[in-house]
Amino acid sequence: MNRQGAVSAAVFDLKRTSVREINQFLHHPLGNVTHVTIENPDGAHNVAVGVNQPVNIEIRGHVGYYAAGMNKHASVQIHGNAGPGVAENMMSGRIDVKGFASASAGASAHGGLLIIRQDGGLRCGISLKGGDIVVGGNVGSFSAFMAQAGRLVVCGDAGEALGDSLYEAVIYVRGTIKSLGADARIEPMSDYDSAAVASLLGQAGISASARDFKRIASGRTLYHWNADANQEY
Amino acid sequence: MCGIVGLLIKNPDLREHLGELMVPMLIGMTERGSDSAGMAVFSAPVSEGDRKLSLYCTDSKFDWPKLDASLHARFGMLSLEIQKNHAILQTAAKPVDIRTWLRSEYPEVHVLSIGRAIDVYKDVGLPAAIASRYAFETLRGTHLVGHTRMATESAVTPKNAHPYTAGEDWCLVHNGSLANPHSLKRMLEKHGIQFESDCDTEAACRYLDWRLQGGEDLETALHHAFRDIDGFFTFLMGTQDKLALVRDPFACKPAIVAETDEYVAIASEFRSLAHLPNIKSAHVFEPKPAQIYSWSV
Repeated sequence: MNRQGAVSAAVFDLKRTSVREINQFLHHPLGNVTHVTIENPDGAHNVAVGVNQPVNIEIRGHVGYYAAGMNKHASVQIHGNAGPGVAENMMSGRIDVKGFASASAGASAHGGLLIIRQDGGLRCGISLKGGDIVVGGNVGSFSAFMAQAGRLVVCGDAGEALGDSLYEAVIYVRGTIKSLGADARIEPMSDYDSAAVASLLGQAGISASARDFKRIASGRTLYHWNADANQEY
Repeated sequence: MCGIVGLLIKNPDLREHLGELMVPMLIGMTERGSDSAGMAVFSAPVSEGDRKLSLYCTDSKFDWPKLDASLHARFGMLSLEIQKNHAILQTAAKPVDIRTWLRSEYPEVHVLSIGRAIDVYKDVGLPAAIASRYAFETLRGTHLVGHTRMATESAVTPKNAHPYTAGEDWCLVHNGSLANPHSLKRMLEKHGIQFESDCDTEAACRYLDWRLQGGEDLETALHHAFRDIDGFFTFLMGTQDKLALVRDPFACKPAIVAETDEYVAIASEFRSLAHLPNIKSAHVFEPKPAQIYSWSV
């Protein structure tokens, strides 16, 4: 690590320092360090996972699996693409992926905001539990599968089976939806929805009109067992 | 879990360095597959009447010079290039005659591949150990298909390692697990196709070769594969002049592609591509599910 001056920045190079050492640094009190830069991630897994304090983390390159997973309080910028499970189980804070994210981005996130500037992969926001996700591009099939709470805003198109078996999470899509999953339905946008989308787009710094989005939510027909449905939904 | 790697060189000057560029790709996939590894490398085809056969024997004390002498005595002019447990035979004799003769005279020697352009190496052990055992860094050629294996459905043996081959100049590696390999196998066996291992991947490899032999082009054969092959897969395939990549409709297994003016590189994960020249300016993308990607030499 290279501490810059008496102030606030730390720089790590993953070519020289292991993921474990960097994560251990991030898991301990940081003193006056408020900004951490991680160079040359080169697709490494688990970069900056489990951070539990307010610090800015800048990752300069592409990351592998589970980057910034379980994040609490930190603001993480990934200047590259993210592998599967970026921001999985995030509790709070902000994770900003400048490139694309692979499958299962934001899986089970309980809180915080995940921004994906380009496309999200398949199963984006699977089992979302209260976090918010804003995707600048498209999302793949089975996005928001069984999502329980939170919001997924998609500025592009959505793949197949969007919102399959959705609980109380809400999805907003600007582009086309290839198909809706079981029990997901398009509902009218209320003023509340427009305000929510506008606020999330504003937080992500994406200029788009909230009026252009559709609201997708649960039809709540799967909440109770229906013996007459014959396993067909 | 398994790792796949593929590299196709567009700039002819770089073909000398195919092996050097590939070795860190293969080693980068060690955590995805640490029990076996293999490599199919394609180079300029030998003359039309000749064929190359990649041969393998598990016994490290096997007497290759003796085999060389017997082959000469039986088939006349040929060359045998020996590398540890492995040898490349080049001959004008019919591959089927060599294979039949080997089965009766040297049953411990396995034919890993047949073709004018393909050489195949596969073995058990860590990818780095296999790369060094067969001097992968010295490989030259136009394109290659590699694999690191973490066995889930069949034993850890050299036979069950990837790449799989069938017919001539055709190979396939697989990350995933198939749901219907046995029904595919039964169907193909009715057409007289013989299997050599109990790995699910062999069914996919022979199924596609069967369609190609039936006159279909690779794209058409792969369209049929999406209908007939059930399960999870990222398949990377090599022919004499092509690499092709498909992922199952659920995209259960990862893949990433980096393309520059000089090469196309494919891997399960970006960490196997990070060392490649000009990777920072490469077009990096994640292949979509149920789509056919192919690149020609």
